[in-house]
Amino acid sequence: MKSEMICAGFGGQGVLTIGKFMVKAGMVEGKNVSWLPSYGPEMRGGTANVSTVISDKPVGSPIISYPDIVIALNQPSIDKFGYNIKAGGLLIYNEDMCPNGIDRDDIDIVKAPMSSIAIEIGSARVLNMVAIGIIIGRTGLVKIETMLDSIAPLKKKAPELYEMNVLAIEKGFEIGKKL
Amino acid sequence: MSEKVLMKGNEAVAEAAIRAGCRLYFAYPITPQSELIEYMARMMPKVKGTFVQAESEIAAINMVYGASGCGKRVMTSSSSPGIALKQEGISYMAGANLPGVIVNVQRGGPGLGDIQPAQGDYFQATRGGGNGDYYTPVLAPSTVQEFADMASLAFDLADKYRNPVLILADGLLGQMMEPVEFQPYKTEEELKVLDNQHLDWCCCPNEDEPNHHHHEINSLEIDPVVLEQHVLKLGRKYEEITRNEQRWEDYDVNADNEILVVAFGTASRICKSAVDDLNAAGHNIGLVRPITLWPYPYDAVAKAVGPKVKKVIVFELNLGQMVQDVKLAVNGKVPVEFMGKVGGILFTPEEVLTKIRENL
Repeated sequence: MKSEMICAGFGGQGVLTIGKFMVKAGMVEGKNVSWLPSYGPEMRGGTANVSTVISDKPVGSPIISYPDIVIALNQPSIDKFGYNIKAGGLLIYNEDMCPNGIDRDDIDIVKAPMSSIAIEIGSARVLNMVAIGIIIGRTGLVKIETMLDSIAPLKKKAPELYEMNVLAIEKGFEIGKKL
Repeated sequence: MSEKVLMKGNEAVAEAAIRAGCRLYFAYPITPQSELIEYMARMMPKVKGTFVQAESEIAAINMVYGASGCGKRVMTSSSSPGIALKQEGISYMAGANLPGVIVNVQRGGPGLGDIQPAQGDYFQATRGGGNGDYYTPVLAPSTVQEFADMASLAFDLADKYRNPVLILADGLLGQMMEPVEFQPYKTEEELKVLDNQHLDWCCCPNEDEPNHHHHEINSLEIDPVVLEQHVLKLGRKYEEITRNEQRWEDYDVNADNEILVVAFGTASRICKSAVDDLNAAGHNIGLVRPITLWPYPYDAVAKAVGPKVKKVIVFELNLGQMVQDVKLAVNGKVPVEFMGKVGGILFTPEEVLTKIRENL
């Protein structure tokens, strides 16, 4: 098993964190993982992206040309990475910020109004946790229990944020499962 | 070994250096290695070490010279243009037989270049870099784990040979996160042993020997007859390092290889993905990854050129630097091809795969 994923969005939407939580959970489950961010000027306010690999074998190239999964939190991310997804791959995108979507019928597409869902839960900040929930619900790449364990340290430090994160992950998980 | 943690290469090498006994670190910030200096700034006070953000890279390397002269494990780090500034100090250290570890998280050059990963400092790293007849052992990691492991190896080599040692990484290894396991922290007693190994030459007072000999640390020797003997002695040291310290990795190397790939660092792991795909499709490609770039594993590369190898292909993130050493190793036995990327652009596994396939 080797899963190559690119998460992309505006700087500040938390795409680097999506990747970090996913590979951390992968690591806890004994997988080989890598997390490679885009760095430089684009990190400050522009588009940011991160390439992650979760694999049974040691990770060779951390650079991904043709991802299995793309998480796009805005339209420019779909335009940049959506058409490189392997046939049969998966695109998960934020309906609120991707007005044009994608014109492909050879991949699995999951769309959800992630920004609205996050605000409904109580904070735009949990947008990335909604996305994580959807990824896990759709792919089973890591177990939801592992993910919930990994945010457990928040429980004491920021109980309110913790509750919102759990809600966001669970909500996303349901969306990923259902569609 | 401890539990695995997810860390950036820049942070992992800093943590590993502290665990290996580094308590002195001097540097000046530069992308893409700034997480390293930030980590040291945070951690050094906690381990009763000293962190100084120097006023320049040149000041930092000269602080390293001074601390090393006191027999302590000391490190500095920078990225390409900053490492260029440190070359005078590195040459002085080599001349004065001083240990020390220098980390170069390479970026695109020449000049200020950009801040993306590159391997354009190969010549500078392996041919001395500063003035005069000298070499520094050069360790080239390809994973975050190896980057961390090399901190301890670099200090051991530096102490053993009383010579500066360079870790040559790049922006990708500095910025990416991978799981890493660390060696335990050295105990107070182990640190004492490390300090004591240099008492016979360093400038730190030896408490057990109040009237100890006057030690002088200097790279100036104005008498040519004396300097000649000094440089010849350095030469014997480099020969000894060359005999003892060549390191490399053979990946799918066997007697039936059709093509042999040679690559180091970040480039090598991109190549491994391409080699995996080709071998899974029924081809037989071998790969040699030099781990020490100086001393260069010439014999290992030569030996890996099996009887059926039609061509050796070298992949680097520069205009073609290590390829010269590969040609020396292969010595005309088969043609040597090169593919490079510059400016901080990386080749993709597909581009590597296409290049190999063209030569099958």
